Amino acid sequence: MNDGGQGGRRAGSPSVRLEGVTKRFGDFMAVDALSLDIERGEFFTLLGPSGCGKTTTLRMVAGFEDPTEGRVLLDGDDVTGLPAFKRPTNTVFQSYALFPHLSVEKNVAFGLQRQGIDRGDVKSRVAEELERVGLTREAARRPRQLSGGQQQRVALARALVNRPAVLLLDEPLGALDLKLRKQLQVELKRIQREVGITFVYVTHDQEEALTMSDRIAVMNRGVIEQVEGPEEVYERPATTFVAGFIGVSNLMPGEVVSANGDRAELRLDSGVTVSTDARGASAGERAHAVVRPEKLELSRADEPRANGKPAVEGVVESSLYLGTATQFVVRLGDSTAMTVLVPNADESARQRLPGAGDPVRLAWANEHIHIVREPKTAVTN
Amino acid sequence: MTRTRSSLLPYALLAPGLLWLLIFFAVPLYYMAEISLKTGTLETGYSMTWHFQTYVDAVKNYDEQLLRSFEYAALSTLIALIISFPLAYVIAFRGGRYKNALLLLVILPFFITYLVRTLSWQTILDDDGWIVSFLKTIGLLGDDGRLLATSTAVIAGITYNYLPFMILPLYAALERIDPRMLEAGYDLYGRRRDVIGRVVVPIATPGIVAGVLLTFIPAAGDFVNAELLGTPQTTMIGNVIQSRYLEITDYPTAAALSFILMILILVLVLAYARFVGTEALTGAEEEPA
Repeated sequence: MNDGGQGGRRAGSPSVRLEGVTKRFGDFMAVDALSLDIERGEFFTLLGPSGCGKTTTLRMVAGFEDPTEGRVLLDGDDVTGLPAFKRPTNTVFQSYALFPHLSVEKNVAFGLQRQGIDRGDVKSRVAEELERVGLTREAARRPRQLSGGQQQRVALARALVNRPAVLLLDEPLGALDLKLRKQLQVELKRIQREVGITFVYVTHDQEEALTMSDRIAVMNRGVIEQVEGPEEVYERPATTFVAGFIGVSNLMPGEVVSANGDRAELRLDSGVTVSTDARGASAGERAHAVVRPEKLELSRADEPRANGKPAVEGVVESSLYLGTATQFVVRLGDSTAMTVLVPNADESARQRLPGAGDPVRLAWANEHIHIVREPKTAVTN
Repeated sequence: MTRTRSSLLPYALLAPGLLWLLIFFAVPLYYMAEISLKTGTLETGYSMTWHFQTYVDAVKNYDEQLLRSFEYAALSTLIALIISFPLAYVIAFRGGRYKNALLLLVILPFFITYLVRTLSWQTILDDDGWIVSFLKTIGLLGDDGRLLATSTAVIAGITYNYLPFMILPLYAALERIDPRMLEAGYDLYGRRRDVIGRVVVPIATPGIVAGVLLTFIPAAGDFVNAELLGTPQTTMIGNVIQSRYLEITDYPTAAALSFILMILILVLVLAYARFVGTEALTGAEEEPA
């Protein structure tokens, strides 16, 4: 029922396509030759630290900024240079940018009225949208009389009511407290599934990106380091930047000793050689191996080695009780610090855990270790 | 003890302002009201006769100047608004790091005294000046045409002299608008005229109202521009009051005219406030219906 204007859109072409899009502000390279396809109906997230170019990218899709070079295509149509009001996109701003002089209802009706939609249709569509975000009773209020979460919902309704081809969200939950943010994440995801519109979501919050997205583009210094699903980005970060930005990861430096086809052998500086998927690495290259803290198995160094898993040895530097788990920092022989998360499943086992200064062994299953290459060499689509 | 002190603090803070208003507003106002109802001359002295007829005569004799004052003030205010809005808009949204420098340029001429600025307009609009000769050359002005000593000159002078009072509140109101608000307007399929008419102007209304009042009120009582740039045919009520006071020493009529001017301005301002809504005047939130 909510497919709205999507029916007539060209089949086969991606919802959003960026072709070599570059944006320079004076000497500053905000976005560097970025190419990207976003599929129709996808919840796509641009994730990265502030200044990485994610918001600039979004603004170029919206039409608030013109790319210095490159093209922006929406549903196969070149919209580069078109003003915002001629693009089938709508934006949810970080500051919401609700019109303070208009009621909630009139804020939501603004876009439909500018498009010359019938008064009756405007009324019913606004009512429907306000119901979707649960603000029917607040229709006559002014934005300033609403809470932050309610204002956020108005901003969403005001954009969504137009049934854009692409909805652009610029850190829409950034101003809210943690609890509300979690709640709205779920709600946003539900609404996205309900309306089936392409969402392009900008955030610096990796957890938010992992929870909500179908695919994530991790950006750094104007380039995309990795574009993949949340699981891939988390489990198999492509570059040291991605590994460091998303979650806590343990990076062990080493050298690629051999690479043939899909597999690569990596000799870690701690002396252990591991076998991983190659990811385009070539022999002789410096690289890192990454293991997530919860994938490491911690045991005392003097305990017998079990099941022949690859392992490294080190000394416990600190242990921290986190409630659901205990977090250890272990210093390896080559001075690499490793974070290990041991779940507190069994109280008596927890009592026997090693303490600071104890020599320990860290083991992992082979499928949990991955090669990570230096940044800016990521494969972008 | 601290409690009494803190509860008295607001009054203590109000006191200088209240004192100021009492000495320089309430007392003169009372004195003026009193003298407007007296009769007599400066030589014989004035005595209280409750002579309300002075008001009736004043309106009868000077209705032309009263009307002209409001006409000139209204025209000047309108022209000032038309000049100021785009200027303030560009400075606020496009000024970037030059904002303050541009604002300084706007108020720079006003570092020079009012009288000197108006006198310099005499030179600018002079019959032998380059503007008049230029306008004559291109045929916009007839051979015997002039700018000085016309109503155009008076209105231009008033507009020029009160321009900062329009620009500054407008700028302050526009500058406060989040540029994202404009982007939201464009994003929601608004063209430039929609964004300006339906987003910028309504949000900036308190600034527009403030600018209009700050320009209109002093402009209606102005006499310097009519004196220096006009002719007897362009005298405003300010000129009449000034000459009644200082030249003819007809204090009762001068005081009565001052009151009439004040009451008329008050009535107009109240009507205007009603028209645009009190919310626009104060910038406060209106309760939902």
